[in-house]
Order: sequence, then structure tokens, then C-alpha cells
Amino acid sequence: MAQKTMKEQKMQTVTARSRIGSTVVKAFTYLFLIVMAVIVLFPFYWMIISSLKTLAEYKWAKPSFWPQTVMWSNYAEAFTTANLGRLFTNTVIVGVISTLLSLVITVLTAFAFARLEFKGKNVLFAGLLATMMIPGELFTITNYATVNSFHWLNTYTVLIVPFLVSVFYIYLLRQNFLQIPNELYLAAKVDGTSDLKYLWTVMIPLSLPTLISITILKMMGAWNSYIWPRLVANDDAHRMITNGLRNAFKDTTGDVNFPVQMAAVALVSFPLFLVYIFLRKYIMKGVSRSGIKG
Amino acid sequence: MVDSKKQWKAWLYLAPAIVLLLVFTVWPIINTLRMAFLDNYNGMRAVAGEKFNIGIENFKKVVEFKDFFVCLKNTALLCVITVPVSTLLALLISSALNSIKFLQKFLQTIFFLPYVTNSIAIGMVFAAMFNMVRTVRIIQTAGIVNNVIMFFGGQPVNWINAGSTYWANMVVMIIYIVWNALPFKILILLGGMQSINKQYYDAAKVDGSSRSRILWKITVPLLSPMIAYVVITGFIGGFKEYTSIVGIFGENMGPASAAGRLNTMVGYIYDALPNNDYGRASAAALILFGIILIVTLINLQVSKKRVHY
Repeated sequence: MAQKTMKEQKMQTVTARSRIGSTVVKAFTYLFLIVMAVIVLFPFYWMIISSLKTLAEYKWAKPSFWPQTVMWSNYAEAFTTANLGRLFTNTVIVGVISTLLSLVITVLTAFAFARLEFKGKNVLFAGLLATMMIPGELFTITNYATVNSFHWLNTYTVLIVPFLVSVFYIYLLRQNFLQIPNELYLAAKVDGTSDLKYLWTVMIPLSLPTLISITILKMMGAWNSYIWPRLVANDDAHRMITNGLRNAFKDTTGDVNFPVQMAAVALVSFPLFLVYIFLRKYIMKGVSRSGIKG
Repeated sequence: MVDSKKQWKAWLYLAPAIVLLLVFTVWPIINTLRMAFLDNYNGMRAVAGEKFNIGIENFKKVVEFKDFFVCLKNTALLCVITVPVSTLLALLISSALNSIKFLQKFLQTIFFLPYVTNSIAIGMVFAAMFNMVRTVRIIQTAGIVNNVIMFFGGQPVNWINAGSTYWANMVVMIIYIVWNALPFKILILLGGMQSINKQYYDAAKVDGSSRSRILWKITVPLLSPMIAYVVITGFIGGFKEYTSIVGIFGENMGPASAAGRLNTMVGYIYDALPNNDYGRASAAALILFGIILIVTLINLQVSKKRVHY
């Protein structure tokens, strides 16, 4: 009897100790995560508050963590300095047209690979997938020469056409199409529905989440693309946003008007934040299957 | 009859993609090989009708060019440091995230945020944070990083300005690249962890295993396919590093006093384009492809031994 209570007591202290232990571990886990989250968020915070400071306040030896006088005018100055209006327009034109065309091509190609029968289908598909292994830089050299010989330099065409086909998006959508039971297709055939109508009324609505993911990633790709636009369309009329930003503020170090520079950076970043806040689910879903930025 | 009509229709659906792929994907592969093995191939002179001999002159030129090894060294160093660091950090963060319930979704949202940003734009923010202006001895303005160092009584460091050291530059690049690489890795690793059967953890709890033991003996082995995946994609991305450096240092690819010091393989390829040095650029691109292929094969070989599928 006495032994039993001792054992019980021992058990109680053990569980109590492990409870304290797990509380401590929990606390450390949260501490670690919160510290990391602060580090991750800090550049964004610093961008926003720096963009609202006066230049004099920005240079304070002891930096302020909240602007004393809020300088909205930095944003107006950034907008005109970087000619952001033009850059936004160019990027939206290129982004919207290339996304729409890319969607049409991707849907048609994925449909052919998922539902239609033709000779050499599997070989062709494997060949397409194989091109995904090759780094894009290898294509860029020849593509630069090609668009040059087409006299496409400094046009919207050169920003849109070369990247309309994405093997990865075709692959993604084909997988999605394959999940739709073939019986639906055969039933539609019996009813005399045309392929295009079936595609439009059955397959597209059923794979809408994938199509939305593709749209967002493609738009973000246009927004963030730098190398190709810099190479082929670096004139005032066609410059895209990322390249334009870099071009308008060539100096990143030294005695620069950082508040205005940060305001421009913030203006370029805000649309991305908005997309992220509202369409996070689709971005994460698309990205977790790709590993491709943009 | 019906069959051949159907075939014809399938090719019609494929036509736009195939035409574009032939021009912008298949032809570049053939042409890059061709230009790389034509000695001193130059775009302008080729248009003018000059003929080039077949040979490996371009490859020789690339390798003999001293800047090439600077680029290769920078790229390899950044890869070898940032991939393990970001993978380990992502592993710790995602296992911490996986062990909590309260605030999990919220923190996950924060950790993914750097992914959707523009690497040029945020590079400029990092540049501002590490910047410092000083005349001889008096510091006129310091970025927040040096402010923090001085607050704790340390000496300010010239991170990225004129006269900064190579390793100061590299530290900034490593921090920025790791910051940029974390979201994707956390997303993949956390997704993997959430699909591990809870029974393993219950069994470990019954046995009274410690947390670090659970992490290294259960989570990591069961997660090994995902870890292999993020390491391989990390190396592939790392060998193509370019825009993050442009973000911080601008097209100088280095501090004002040492332009080009931080140039990478991709930067080397693009530098050759405006000069019409297509032969040299193609050879460099093929070398890059070869390196990526070898590193990927090594990674796959290692993971074959270590990965528990």
C-alpha cells in the first residue's frame, strides 16, 4: 500500500517534470520561430519605414524605428524619378498578353497529350520533359541572336513570344486533365460534343485551380523577370518594371537618397504582397510542385 | 480514315506549342552546340559571311580567361555555403513549425513571404541595410546593420561599399541568398513532415525518445526524399545565381572599387552577348550545363545511398 503510493508519487513527479520540460521546449520553439520570423520580415519593415522618412532622418546616427514626419512625397518623387507609370503599363501589357496566350497554348497542348491519340505521343512528351533539365542560359544566347535577326529588339513581341510555351505548365495541366475520368470524354463523344466544347465546358472548369496557379505564376514571372528584358528591350518605351527599377537607381551604395529609392522598391513590391495575401493558396500549390521561381 | 483524321487533329492542337518550341528551344540546343565548336564564332562576322573552323578554341578561351575562374569560384563558393546552411535552417524552422498548433498557419505565411518578392527590389533593400558612408574616419550614415553592431559596442564593418573586402561582400550575399532560399525549402519540408505517419511519433513518445533523437532518427530519414529534392534544386538554382548579386551590387557585380569581383557563371555568359561573342558564350553555357549535370548526378548518387524511400 505504502509502496504503491510512493510509486504513484514518483509517477506524478515524472509527469510533472516532463510537463515542465515540454513547456520549456514549447517556449523555446516559439521563441526560435518568432526570432526567425522577425528576421524574415525585417527587410520589408525597414523598406517601408525608410521610404517614409526624410533624408535627414534616415541619416540619423541612432535610427528611428518609426518615421517622425511621414513623407508621402517620397512616393510621388519615386514614381516620377523611375518613370514608374510607363514601367507599370509595359509590364501589365506584357504580363496580360503573354499569360492569356500561354494559357491557350498550354490548355491545347495538355489536352492533346492527355486525351488524344497520335503516333509518337509518349516519345514527344518525354522529349519535352527532357528539355526542362537544360538551364535557360543555354537557350538565351541563340534566342538573342534569333530575335535580333527577326528585328524584334525593343518591341513587345520580343518580351512575349519566346517564353509562351512552358513545358512545366503543360506537364502540370496534363496531370490534372488525366485525373478527369475518361468516361466523361467518351460519353461526350457519344453525345456528339466536339472536343473544343468538351474542353471548354468540362475540362477547364474542373482544372480551374491549376489554371489559376499558372496564371499567377506567369504574371509574377513577368513582374520579376530581369535578364531577358534587360537584354532585348532596354529602351524607354518597352522597359519592364524590374529592369526599370534597377536602371533608375543605378547606385545601391554610397550617399544615395535612400528614402526615395526605398519608396520605389516598395511600389514595386506592393502588388506582389497583395497577390500573396489574396491568392496565397494557389501560389503555394503551384510552387510546391515546381521549384521554379516565376 | 477516322484514325488518320484524329491524328491530324491532335497535331493541330499541338501546332502552336511545337512551332514555338522548335524555334526557341530545339534550335537553340542545336545552335549552341554548333557555335560552341566553331572556333572564335562571332555573330557579326558570321552574318558578314565569314566561315569558322571546327574545334575547341572557344572552350580553351573560356578556361584560359582569368575572369572565368573568378566567376566559377564565386558561384561554387556561394553554392557550397548557402545550400547546406539554408537546408539546415529550413529543416529546423519547419520541424519547429510542425510541432506547434497555435499560430502555425500565420507563421507559415510569414516564412513564405520572401518567395513572392522581387529579388532585384529586395536586394536594393539589403544594400541599404548594409550600406555605410564615411569620410576618412567620420561615419556620415550607416545602414541599420552597422547601427546594430555599434549599438552592441562593435566596430562598424565596410560590407559592400568601395574598399570592402571580398569576404565582407560574400557574407552579405550569403545572408541574402539564404533569406531568399528559405521559403521554398520550408514549404517543401513542412509539406513532407505533415505527411509523415503520426504513429512513428507516438511510438517514439512511448519509448521516451528525446526531441533531437526524434528529429534525426525519425523525421530526417522519413523526410530524406524531400531533403534530397531541395538540395538538388538548391544546387541547380545556386549555379545560376545572378540576379541576387545584381540586386545588391548593381551591374558592376561588385563594390565600386572592385567591379566584377562577384561575377558568376551566368553573368559571364551574358557579358559575352553584346560583343557578339556567341562562340565563347555558348562554350561557357555548355560548361555550366555540364557542371550542373555532374553536381546533380553526384547528388542523386549520394541520395541513392542515403534516401529511404
